[in-house]
Amino acid sequence: MEYNILSFIYLLASVTFIIGLKMLSHPTTARKGNAVAAAGMTLAIFGTIFLYNEEGASLGNYGWIFAGLAIGAVVGTLAARRVKMTAMPEMVSLFNGMGGACAALISIVEFDHLMHLPGLSGLLLVLMSASALQGLLLIILLGLIIGSVSFAGSMVAWGKLNGSLRDFSFRGQQAFNIALLLLILGLATYLIVAMPANALPLFYVIFALSLLYGLFFVFPIGGADMPVVISLLNSFTGVAAACGGFLYDNKVMLTGGILVGAAGTLLTILMCKAMNRSLTNVLIGAFGGNTATAAAGQSQGSYKEISLSDAAVVMSYANKVMIVPGYGLAVAQAQHACHELEKLLTAKGVEVGYAIHPVAGRMPGHMNVLLAEADVSYEKLLEMEQANEEFPTTDVVLILGANDVVNPAAKTDPGSPIYGMPILDVELAKHVIVNKRSMKPGYAGIENDLFFRPKTSMLFGDAKKVLQDLITEVKNS
Amino acid sequence: MSTVFNWIHTHQAIIYIVVLMIFVGIEVIGSVPSVLHTPLMSGANAIHGVVIIGAIIVMGKAEADNYLALALGFLAVVLGTLNVVGGFVVTDRMLEMFSKKKKSS
Repeated sequence: MEYNILSFIYLLASVTFIIGLKMLSHPTTARKGNAVAAAGMTLAIFGTIFLYNEEGASLGNYGWIFAGLAIGAVVGTLAARRVKMTAMPEMVSLFNGMGGACAALISIVEFDHLMHLPGLSGLLLVLMSASALQGLLLIILLGLIIGSVSFAGSMVAWGKLNGSLRDFSFRGQQAFNIALLLLILGLATYLIVAMPANALPLFYVIFALSLLYGLFFVFPIGGADMPVVISLLNSFTGVAAACGGFLYDNKVMLTGGILVGAAGTLLTILMCKAMNRSLTNVLIGAFGGNTATAAAGQSQGSYKEISLSDAAVVMSYANKVMIVPGYGLAVAQAQHACHELEKLLTAKGVEVGYAIHPVAGRMPGHMNVLLAEADVSYEKLLEMEQANEEFPTTDVVLILGANDVVNPAAKTDPGSPIYGMPILDVELAKHVIVNKRSMKPGYAGIENDLFFRPKTSMLFGDAKKVLQDLITEVKNS
Repeated sequence: MSTVFNWIHTHQAIIYIVVLMIFVGIEVIGSVPSVLHTPLMSGANAIHGVVIIGAIIVMGKAEADNYLALALGFLAVVLGTLNVVGGFVVTDRMLEMFSKKKKSS
C-alpha cells in the first residue's frame, strides 16, 4: 500500500517537472513554474525517505539522511541567497557540478556493493544472468563517467567564470581529448564484456580518467562561452541522473533526468544559435581568443578618442541617449553606476534607453538580470528590434563594453566569423561613444570596423571608473 | 542480437519513458525567448537534482558497518541537496528580478 502511494507520488512529481519546465519557458509563468517543480521535488524526496522499501525492508540511517539534507539545504540556500547577481552563472555551474558528483558517488557505492557480494563471477552464478549483470554494469559505469565529467567540467567552468582559472590549451589537445575519451570507453567496455575477477582498481582508473577528461574538455573553451558549456554539462548531469533511474528502476529519476538531458541539449543549441555559432565551433573554439586572427586585422586606420568632459557635454545636451551594455559592463560590475548616469541624464531632460542585444555579454538574458539588479526600470530595456527602430532618432549611443554585437562586419563581411548574426545598428545614430578597456578585439577575436568610423569616438577605461567620472562631469556641466 | 531484443523486451516501460521524455523535453522548451535562457538553464539544473533520490536510497540501504557506503552516501546526499535547494533558490532569485520589474512598470 505505502509503496503504491510512493509510485503515485513519483508520477505526480514527474508531471510537475514537465509542467514546471513548460512554465519556465514563458516570462509570465516562469517563477510559478520554478515553484511547481520545487514542490514536486520536495514531495518526491520526502516520499522516498518515508515510503521507499525494497523487498519489504524500508530505508534506515534516518539520522544520516536528515543530517545530510539539513546541511545541504542550509548551505545551498545561503550560497544561493548571498551570491551576487553577476555571479549567477558560476553558481549554477557549481550546483550542476554537485549533481554530477552525486551521480558519480552513487555509482561508486553501488559498484563497491556489487564487488562485496561474492565477486562478479560468484554473483553471476547466484543472482542473475550474464546479460542482466552486464546491463547493470553498463548503467553504473555510464553514471560514473558522465557524472564525473560533468563534475570536473563544471568546476573548471566555475573557476573560469570567477576568474581564478584561465583558458588553457596545448598543441594537439583535441587529439589528446579524443584519445582520452576512447581510452575511457575502451576500459569501460573491457570491464563490462570481460568482467575481470578484481574489477575495483580498473573501476577507479575509469573514475580518475573521467575526471581528467572533464577538466581537459572545458580547459580550452573560452571563458565567454562558459554559459553554453554549463548548459551542455547540465544536460550531461541530467543523463547521469537518469542512469540512477535505470539502476533503481525509479521512474521519477528517469523522467527528471531524461527531461533535463533533452531540454538541456536543445537549450544549448538554442544558445549557440542566438550567437550564430554552431556547437562544434564553441567546443573546438575555432576563434575563441585566437591571437592570429586578431593581429591580422590590426592595421585598420585610425580612431579618435573623446575626453570625459566632452562626452559628458555631448550626452547632457542630447535629446535621446541609448546605452548599449555588454560584457565589459558585467565584468566591471558597473550596472549601478550605469543606472546612476541614466537617472542623472533623465533629470536633465534627456530620454535614455538601453538597447539589449539578445546575446550581449555572451549569455542570453545576462544584461536584463544585471540591470534589473541595479533597479533599472524594465520599460527602459529595449530589445534589439525596438532599439534598431530608435537609433535613427538617437543623438548619442553609449556603448559600454560591448563589441561583437555592434560589429558591422556581421552585415557586410561574408568572411567574418560572425557574419549573419543580427546586430544593433548603432551607426544610424548621430554619435557613437565606445567605452572599452583597450583596442583589443572582442571575444570573437575579430576587428571591429565601427571603432574606425568617423561618427565613432573612443572612451578608454574600465566601465565603472569611466561611468563614475562621467557622472561627476555631467553633474558639473 | 537476440540479447538486445530480449533486453528491450524486458525493459519496455523504461525505454518508452526515455523515448517519450526526449520528445517532451524538446517540445516543452521549444519556443523559449532568449531572455529566459539563463533562468531556464538554472531551473533545469535544479530538476536534475532529482539524483538526490538515488543518494537517499544509497544512504538508506547502507549497512551500519559499511563505512565507505555510509561516508560516500552521506556526501552524495549533501551534494544532491545542494543541487536541488541551491538550484531552485538561485532560479527563483533570477526570476524575481524579472517579475518585480514587470509589475512596477
